[in-house]
Amino acid sequence: MCEPSTVTPPDARSVHGRGFADAWRATVVAELAEVLENRAVNVEYRHLVVACSAAAAAALPGQFFELLCPPPPTGEAPFLRRPMSLYGADPRLGRVEFLYKVTGAGTRGLETLVPGDRLDIMGPLGVGFHLDPGWRSIVVIGRGAGLATLTPLAQAAHRGGIALAAILSARHPSLVVSQERFAAFGAEVMAVTDAQSTSGPANVERILRQLIAGGRSDALFLCGSSRLLKVAQRLAAEFGLPGQVALEQQMACGIGLCHCCVRDFCVAGRIVSRRVCWDGPVFDLKEALP
Amino acid sequence: MIAPDQVTLGVTVGGLTLRNPVMPASGTFAEGLEKVIDFHRLGAMVTKTVTRELRHGNPLPRVVERPGGLINAIGIPSKGVEHFIDQTLPLYAGYDTPLVVSISAPTAEGFASLAAQLSIPGVAAIEANISCPNIEEDGKAFAMRASTTEAVTRALRAATSLPLWVKLTPNTGDMPDVARAAEAAGADAVVVANTILSMAIDLKTFKPCLGNVMGGLSGPAIKPIILRHVFQCARVLDIPIIGCGGIATASDAVEYLLAGAAAVQVGTATFLQPAAMTTIIDGLATFCAQRDIARVSDLVGGIIIEEADEPDISWFGPQS
Repeated sequence: MCEPSTVTPPDARSVHGRGFADAWRATVVAELAEVLENRAVNVEYRHLVVACSAAAAAALPGQFFELLCPPPPTGEAPFLRRPMSLYGADPRLGRVEFLYKVTGAGTRGLETLVPGDRLDIMGPLGVGFHLDPGWRSIVVIGRGAGLATLTPLAQAAHRGGIALAAILSARHPSLVVSQERFAAFGAEVMAVTDAQSTSGPANVERILRQLIAGGRSDALFLCGSSRLLKVAQRLAAEFGLPGQVALEQQMACGIGLCHCCVRDFCVAGRIVSRRVCWDGPVFDLKEALP
Repeated sequence: MIAPDQVTLGVTVGGLTLRNPVMPASGTFAEGLEKVIDFHRLGAMVTKTVTRELRHGNPLPRVVERPGGLINAIGIPSKGVEHFIDQTLPLYAGYDTPLVVSISAPTAEGFASLAAQLSIPGVAAIEANISCPNIEEDGKAFAMRASTTEAVTRALRAATSLPLWVKLTPNTGDMPDVARAAEAAGADAVVVANTILSMAIDLKTFKPCLGNVMGGLSGPAIKPIILRHVFQCARVLDIPIIGCGGIATASDAVEYLLAGAAAVQVGTATFLQPAAMTTIIDGLATFCAQRDIARVSDLVGGIIIEEADEPDISWFGPQS
């Protein structure tokens, strides 16, 4: 039932029966978006905003895009697209946002973009977060770039009237990205950092236990740290809480063709290989292997 | 002058009539692509390689990029032939586009029994992947030698009456000889070619960039090499050739047709531009219209070499 290659887009069989060729329409497109903004938000992260089609701007929390990055001035030539999780989407304005850290040839290329430039974006891709309307309050736990991925989820929870506690982890207080957005979405923000020695698993577990004891954790959401994933999995099992985790993996195609981004999952006691780009990037908290 | 929509794109390749000469390369096509392009527009659909047994594939990392290309060592993860017949095959039943099933096995007998089992409704042709550089130890494969190619093709031919395409490897020293062996043993077409065995090393860690150490190079970087293989094979074969190697644009496809390919496969380009195949189909029609060529098949083998310009390439070949 959870076998990856049996996962089919819901419309594939219904729309694409013989004789229904005219009913086909693309649900994922690669398009040339226009750069509206691309600037540093701190010493490590940059904020990229692009104008795009309505289809792209309809991206949901947890989904991602594949960006065809321009070559950086270093002479490097990024060949593949780079997966980038959604930081924000505004269907009304026709915009998507990304938050990225400059780490390699692709992001060094992204760094060169200025307003007015064109960027080839493909998406939205993957399976995003799921919010159960029955939940009253949730906890999100993120570290580094994972905070960006969790931001649209915070917005969706806020719109759905779900209360939110956000444990935001980073190396240094100046690197806790998106804190203001979480706060604007009504979250109680708890920043934990290496610099302040508050980001260790023991302290995060202490905070989580308090939130759970206070009835503030109907579900747990993770991104960006396998150490914290382990803590969350242990507590979710102890208290019988549902949860979801957004995972990262090196990708090539982004649409389930190449099987380069596989990870192992534990499903009903056996190891199952799944494609992060196609079956995820958001997975059940219990099934992920850190 | 003719209009692009008046150009006849249809071709006949290795026992199949295709609405156009463009199809995916095995391993770069799955149901996810259906979100991006209409499969009804393709010349054919080619599956990821199916094996008899469950295969997990290679350790990660499975791909590394290099200028103009991609080295992969995916390792043919496969859920096995039973899963393919029960779960995957029905997904493609709604299309009137021929489905070519790529197969691989460690022995000639294994290839033959897999081909027999897959000679069922819904499968239009078998593509025998006797060239994947990852599946055999140290990158060896059946298609490295004419004798093993002939043996496995003969076994396949006896096992199925479906059109039989044999996918060759550029890692052999004598591709025309291997191609002739496939033809002699009953192949209906050859696919030229699979990826080029290669590797990359990480200068930070001194470790290989791929979990499998070696992998296959694909993408625009290999196009001139594979184009040459197609040209050489076309001069010695009567059966059609399906060109595959670094095709990203309609111009690339035209080059392959001129070199002697009757159809083309597009692989790595789809990873960068997922609508690459439909763009190439449209581009072929436009190219033909601009040059007043009525049928795309008129391009096949259309390379013009003046007698006096005939290159002496004999000294490149180890056997010649």
